Amino acid sequence: MIAIIDYGVGNLFSLSSSLKYLGMDACVTGNAEDLRRADRIILPGVGAFGDAAEQLRATGLVPVIREEAAKGKPFLGICLGMQLLFEESFEYGRHEGLGLIPGGIYPMEEDLKAMGISLKVPQIGWNALDICKADHPLMKYCKNGDFVYYVHSYYAKTAEENLVATSDYGVRVPGAVARKNVFGCQFHPEKSGRVGLSILKAFCEVPYENLSGN
Amino acid sequence: MVTKRIIPCLDIRDGRVVKGVNFENVKSVDDPVALAQFYNESGADELVFYDITASVEKRPLFTDVLTRVASCIFIPLTVGGSINTIADFDRVLKAGADKVSVNSGAIANPGLIDEAAKKYGNQCVVLSIDAKRVNGQYRVFAKGGRVDTGMDALEWAAEGEARGAGELVLNSIDTDGVKKGFDLEMLSDMAARVKIPIIASGGAGCKEDFTELFKLPGVDAGLAASIFHFREIEIMDLKRYLADNGISMRL
Repeated sequence: MIAIIDYGVGNLFSLSSSLKYLGMDACVTGNAEDLRRADRIILPGVGAFGDAAEQLRATGLVPVIREEAAKGKPFLGICLGMQLLFEESFEYGRHEGLGLIPGGIYPMEEDLKAMGISLKVPQIGWNALDICKADHPLMKYCKNGDFVYYVHSYYAKTAEENLVATSDYGVRVPGAVARKNVFGCQFHPEKSGRVGLSILKAFCEVPYENLSGN
Repeated sequence: MVTKRIIPCLDIRDGRVVKGVNFENVKSVDDPVALAQFYNESGADELVFYDITASVEKRPLFTDVLTRVASCIFIPLTVGGSINTIADFDRVLKAGADKVSVNSGAIANPGLIDEAAKKYGNQCVVLSIDAKRVNGQYRVFAKGGRVDTGMDALEWAAEGEARGAGELVLNSIDTDGVKKGFDLEMLSDMAARVKIPIIASGGAGCKEDFTELFKLPGVDAGLAASIFHFREIEIMDLKRYLADNGISMRL
């Protein structure tokens, strides 16, 4: 069973329907026991980082998320859910994230401006993937140049070793990131047509190697 | 780099797709779920659903259509029409929408944009403007293009952007339904005014109209209804044609 974490931040519909379409047993839940029982966990999210982080903390699920991620359970953050995996964000002030992947979330606008690039923010639309780690399990069914759908104004800055695929939007946008069993997609796989479904399918096929022995 | 987007728009009344020409003589077209599936498979980059259902009693019909569409297609869905409160945002997001477009509701209560942007993020809030030339000004029309608000469309768009709208749909009532091309003049003036992505609407009649549209800097997407619904233009043909003309497309 795949647990989709419900913490009052929208967008759960499309995700659960795409998993259902893939024939997966997915459950939208805010219950700690469900997260412990699940084979894998997805943290979705739309909206502003600060509010979302606060709402996630208010559910009391953060310690459970940390435990399950530490066990080696495959974990996927999507869009804002991916951003929450990082240590901190600078969207409307500074906010703390889960710290499961080293790095932070920064406004694209300032960096584009500093580089003299006049691209619109948010980045909204389909952009091509440039795969950095072709053998990464998330990229199992993807090839360079496959299009995925982005909607975001902030982006991750993290070490090269955590990058799975990027997209060019003046700045190099980390599209897919990973650190061990913790994965993140800045784009919306549940909204990226066939390519997106194949990435979700790949995530569902990542083996769960329990590191804790229970 | 991010591609230009081709977006079919489905006006839904009482659970059915309709297309108004110049917002009058509305006639019925097709089943929304069948059309959405057809577009999903034929290369549409996104879909827009406008709920033009007049009565509150029939509103659940739209939510039901939305849910059925969102269950079987996996490209972005923007929903508009009858969005007046945060509760309306919540209702359509839960039913499967990815973005919500506000029009008359934001004119009546501009604070709705701020509130929604704060709660769901700027990228979730699409400001939709129906504009028409009146006395040398682009005038904002409300209530499906029927009521002249007296507001200036460029000013209103800039205000909407400042309040947190993440995207703008600009529908020119002057070119809508005429099929003689998009309102390049109005779009160009708008692009000079706001920085958020602009979705052009109203007037597409042939493939060349889209080439002209995407030559304009600052226009990110083209939205159309009847030419796609009646299959006068196949989306994939259009996208290939545009790609051959040097416009970045998802093929």
